[in-house]
This record gives sequence, structure tokens and C-alpha cells, in this order.
Amino acid sequence: MSDLIGSSGRILSEAGTAVLRALAGAIIPASTEHGVPGADDEAIFTDVLASAGPILAFIGEHLGLLDELAGDGGFLGADAARQVALAEGFRQAQPEAAALIVSLICQSYYRDPRVLESLGTPARPPFPEGYDIDDGDWSLLDPVRARDPFFRPVN
Amino acid sequence: MTGTTNDPVDVVIIGAGASGAAVAWSLAETRMRIVCLEQGDWMNPSDYPTTGMDWEARAMGDYSFSPNRRRASADYPINDDDSPIKIANFNGVGGGTVLYAGHYPRFHPSDFRVRSLDGVGEDWPIDYETLAPYYDENDRIVGVSGLEGDPAYPPKVSQMPPLPLGRAGETVARGFNAMGWHWWPSDSAIATQPYEGRDRCINLGGCLSGCAQGAKASADITYWPMAIRAGVELRTRCRVREVTVNENGMASGVVYHDAGGVTQFQPAEVVIMASNGIGTPRILLNSTSGRFPDGLANRNGLVGRNLMFHPYASISGIFEGAQDGSEGPGDCLWSQEFYETDPSRGFVRGFTYEMTRGRGPVMTALTGMHAGRIPFGTGHHDAYRALHKRITGMVAICEDLPDADNRVTLDPELTDADGIPAPRITYQLSRNSEDMLRFAVDRATEVLKAAGATDVFSEIPLAIGGWHLMGTARMGTDPATSVVNEWGRSHDVRNLFVVDGSLFVTSAGVNPTRTIQALALYVADQMKQRLTSLFD
Ligand SMILES: Cc1cc2nc3c(=O)[nH]c(=O)nc-3n(C[C@H](O)[C@H](O)[C@H](O)COP(=O)(O)OP(=O)(O)OC[C@H]3O[C@@H](n4cnc5c(N)ncnc54)[C@H](O)[C@@H]3O)c2cc1C
Repeated sequence: MSDLIGSSGRILSEAGTAVLRALAGAIIPASTEHGVPGADDEAIFTDVLASAGPILAFIGEHLGLLDELAGDGGFLGADAARQVALAEGFRQAQPEAAALIVSLICQSYYRDPRVLESLGTPARPPFPEGYDIDDGDWSLLDPVRARDPFFRPVN
Repeated sequence: MTGTTNDPVDVVIIGAGASGAAVAWSLAETRMRIVCLEQGDWMNPSDYPTTGMDWEARAMGDYSFSPNRRRASADYPINDDDSPIKIANFNGVGGGTVLYAGHYPRFHPSDFRVRSLDGVGEDWPIDYETLAPYYDENDRIVGVSGLEGDPAYPPKVSQMPPLPLGRAGETVARGFNAMGWHWWPSDSAIATQPYEGRDRCINLGGCLSGCAQGAKASADITYWPMAIRAGVELRTRCRVREVTVNENGMASGVVYHDAGGVTQFQPAEVVIMASNGIGTPRILLNSTSGRFPDGLANRNGLVGRNLMFHPYASISGIFEGAQDGSEGPGDCLWSQEFYETDPSRGFVRGFTYEMTRGRGPVMTALTGMHAGRIPFGTGHHDAYRALHKRITGMVAICEDLPDADNRVTLDPELTDADGIPAPRITYQLSRNSEDMLRFAVDRATEVLKAAGATDVFSEIPLAIGGWHLMGTARMGTDPATSVVNEWGRSHDVRNLFVVDGSLFVTSAGVNPTRTIQALALYVADQMKQRLTSLFD
């Protein structure tokens, strides 16, 4: 078991948490151009940890690979560009764990109100307000209406 | 074995899903004592995922349509390792309709005559005309939104106007028009106006994780309230282990595990299986006795065989202009341009295209990252924005032909929480299905490109798409080639009936639930007409 896992084996150690947070920021960094935080943002990352449940232990078992790939200085010692490259290497070496991490991060990132607002999406649950959808241009159906019935006769 | 024996009832129904609800309601007017046993619980729509910010995460978690991922106490595990298509279901009052999309097509007259018309599969023992009045009756209860006049169908009525096209619908419709191909607004079990106490759709999206608005006609809010008012007793969190038989070879009742884990026996004059195309053969195969050593109603060995899904292809386009994203129901329009056999295509039978409107913010990110379209690092945001609300497309629902080797058996090791053997699925795609899927992807790609897609991506078969479960206790007039007769009664056990998707002889190229519910009403009606001679 990696030393990144907490003593209970169910939660990440402090060091493991720091690596996961840096990885989140490498996968989705903040952008001033789009006015959005990165996935390592305090609120978003807290949500990631809170949502992870039992898979956190599984993730923790694999995070040590990032330090191995990084060599001296470990993952946390690498600069931003190198962390992205290391994250890519991690994805290739551990696709299942990487897919879980990506899924976990995206689930929290893309429900953050700041992120949704930057996309022009209302930062609220779908219910109870719902959304308006245009009825659409039903004249598009005219050529199909002009068709004769074409279901297959059985007799 | 048995902890408690209950008072005898006239009818016990196993499963409170689409078909169990319909048959319960229809039989209630007989004033017989009817009990339905359901392993899951009542649903609470205010707990459905779209009521929270985490709605997409929950749709992949506690509301996942995979029972193996959900692992709720109502669920049983399913070993589907030996199938490229994985099982999707829901176990609770309403059954699969709690999560269904509400695509609600009918079969066509030709779908009941596949052997006569194309020399494959089998003909059904009933035809479209036989079922038509039950389709109509079911439509009135469910409430169908749609547009009359579809040239792909015989005339039929809709209770409400169709769902909106929206931007995505217009886009895809333009593609079909450019190709000169059929499309039509889908028939949907989603209310577009207030209907029978249900409110209208307000475009929440997220239909596949339960409708918090109550606009989608899941059986817990359509048939069940009426059936219960009419006197049917619905016992939840009761999981049936087996159907028992008496010395005359008749079903005598069912053994089940109640919410507290107590084993109970429910004696009944009539047993009705409504546990779906996997759950029904599972219980029958687990009901062994001296008379039925290979499982109940299984003298010919056909219980569990001829399992049909609809192999799905998913085809999506990326567009420059904004589409609808996850807003609005997935249902929108369908095309049956390629529904009937055309020998020049290299396969028999055909398929329906059904539009899938779009994806939510999380699913957009996961789709893009999985496909390598959204990189890690600073490029993430621009790449994400090129996909956000820019994806729309369709699925192709291909007719699956019956094959005796595609089947449900009992897993020798895996069991559910009550120790009941889990079902094991053995299924292979036929060459016909593979050819049809490839054809469907090619034609859909043409449609999406004609509609302006800058890129198109697809998946065949859709691995997660084992949501239509059919054929495992099929109906027919010949006891050698079918499990139940032409009105749903077991050939072997004269007080045992099947009303769920197991009945299907062939699968057609459309979603099954409207036909499942019409069949349940038809079987109930046949029973009512024969009450004095039901077991002859
Ligand atoms: C995600 C998803 C999307 C779908 N979309 C569509 C769609 O758009 N259109 C369409 O037509 N169909 C759709 N379907 C399929 C549709 O839900 C089914 O066709 C329909 O519900 C099947 O009806 P049924 O009565 O055969 O079984 P079900 O509705 O599955 O009901 C079976 C019930 O039996 C209960 N049961 C099983 N075993 C036992 C036992 N041992 N003891 C007690 N109770 C038991 C189960 O808990 C369940 O509630 C979809 C399904 C899913 C999962």
C-alpha cells in the first residue's frame, strides 16, 4: 500500500491529498481568460474529496505513480507544464484510475456556480424552474407530410 | 424454509413495473383479491437527481441504470460478463419506467409477421389489429404526446401535442430533409400539457434518472394509484425467490423474503410473472421441483432462451452553432426511413433512429476527455467550449433476431442479498446486427454532416444499452416452441401467466414498453373473458 493512503486505508493522507489537488489543477487549471477557477480551487477540491467516497482509497493506491514518474522532487516539485505531461503519462500507465479521477474532478468542477455561469448556464438545479425550449420550425416537416404512407402491408 | 404463511389470495403478481402495474389495474375490476410483490420501494420524486446541483453525478451513481453499479438494497446483481451489451434496469415501484426515456413507439403491423415476410424469427400468435384496442386503452392512461399523420405508421391518435423540436431538433430535421429521408416528432410518454393530474414537461432534462416534475409517465404515477384505489394491494420490499407447485402441477403460490428478511409464503390461485425479461426467467429457473426439475414452465427448455436486446448505435455530431445541451427531454424526433427489409442493404429487418438531444456540462467534459478531444492543461477550456451545447445526434435501435443461444441462466456462484441465485447473461451480436449497426452509423453520419456537423463520432454497440429485455418466455401456439400460449398462459402450468417483456416473439426495431403495456392489458382481458374456464 502506498504511503499516500491514510492509516485507516480509506482516506488520503495529507501528502496524498496535496498530490491529488495538484493533479486536479494540472488537468483543469484556472483560466483568467475565461474567468474560471481551476479544479484545485478550495471549494471545488473540497467537493471532490467529499464526493469521492470509497473510491478515494483506490485512487490513493495509484497516486504514488505520479511521484515515480516525476523522479527527484516528486510530482509536487514539478512546474505546471511538467505536471500536465506527468498527468498524461499517468493516464497512459493507469487508464482505469485516471478515468476515475477525471470523472470525479469533472463532476465537481462542472457543477461549481462560477464555472456554470462562465458557460452561460444557470447555476441552479434543473428542478423546479426547468428551462425554455423553442418549439421550433414545424414547417420543416412539410416535405415529410407530403409523403404517402409507407409502412409495410402484411397481407 | 417458510417463516409465515399469508392468507390466500386470488392473484399474486410478481413485479410492480410497466407490465405489473397495467395487469394489476386491469384485473382490479374483477374484485378478485390481488396482491403485487415488488422487491423495491416506492419512489420519492423530490429525491430525484434533477432536484440538486449534483444531478449528473447521481445519474452515474445512486440513479445509475446499471444495477451492478447502483447496488441498492432493491437490486440484484447480474453477471453480464459474457455479453457485449450490459444490463440496464430499475427495481422499484414503476420498474424500468422510473428511468426510461419515455420514447413510446408502437410496433408496426409487419413486426408481428417477421417469419412470413422475411423468413427469419417467428411470427407472433397475435397481430397488430388484435393489440390495437389495448394500445389505445394504454395510450389513454399513459398519455402520449405526438403528432398524428406519421406516414411510417397506420393512423393512431395522440393525447397531447409533440415535445418541442428546439434548436437540436431543427438541426437534425434539416439533416434528414437534406437527405430526403423520413423523420417525425417522436411519440413520447411525457406530458406536454397537464394530463390526468400530472404536470406538463418543463424541460428539466435528466429524464433517465427519474422525472422530478412528474411529467414522464412512469408506472408508479400512472397505473399504480388507480390500481390501488381499485383495491389491489402492493407489498414493497418483498423479493420473490420461487413459485411453488402443488401435487396437481399447478402453481400454489410464491415464497418471498420480506423487508425484514423474513421468508413468507403467499398462497395464490393465479401467479402472474411481471419481473421483466431477466427477472422472470430468473425466478422460473429457480423454481425447481420434482415435476419441473429444470425450472417452472420449462419442459421444452425455452425459459431464458431467445433473449433479445436492441443493439444500439450511438452517433453524435459536433456543430458550430449552439444546440440544446441537456435542457429539454432527450425525446424529440425519430426516423423510420430504414425500418423495413431492403435486400440491397445486406441485412434483414431494420431500425429506428431516435434523436438524443444533448449532454449536460459534466457529460460533455467526460465525453470530450474520453475521446481525447479535450486535453489536460491550459487547452482544456477552449476545447471544452467547442463542445459545450455543441453536440447532438441520435441512436439507432436495431431489431434483434431471436437466437436460442442468447439466454439467461442462473449463475452457479453469484447470489443476491437474500441468497437467490443471480442471473447470468450469455449473449452475442449476430452478423445481421453487426451489419445493420454499421449501416446505421454510415447513414446517420450522412445526416449529421448534411445538417452541418463539423465532426461525427459513434459507438457500436452501445455497451451500456441493455435496457430492452425481451423474449425469454415467449408466446406462441405451439408448446414445443414457446413458453406461454397466445394469451400469456404457461403451456405447462395452467394458472401461471407472463405479462412482461419476456413474452416478445420478436423485438421489432422500436422501444418495447408501449407494446409491453398493451400486451399486459390484452392478457388481463383474455383472463377476464375466461374467468370461469381459466384453467381448462
Ligand atoms: C435507462 C433506461 C431507459 C429506457 N428507455 C426506454 C424508452 O425510452 N422507451 C421504452 O419503451 N423503454 C425504455 N426502457 C425500458 C423499459 O423501462 C422497460 O421496457 C419496461 O420497464 C419493462 O417493463 P416490464 O414490466 O417488463 O419490467 P420492469 O418495468 O423492469 O419491471 C419489473 C419489476 O419486477 C421487479 N422484480 C424483479 N424480480 C423480482 C423479484 N424476484 N421479486 C419481486 N420483484 C421483482 C423489479 O424490481 C421491477 O420493478 C428503458 C429502460 C432503462 C433502464
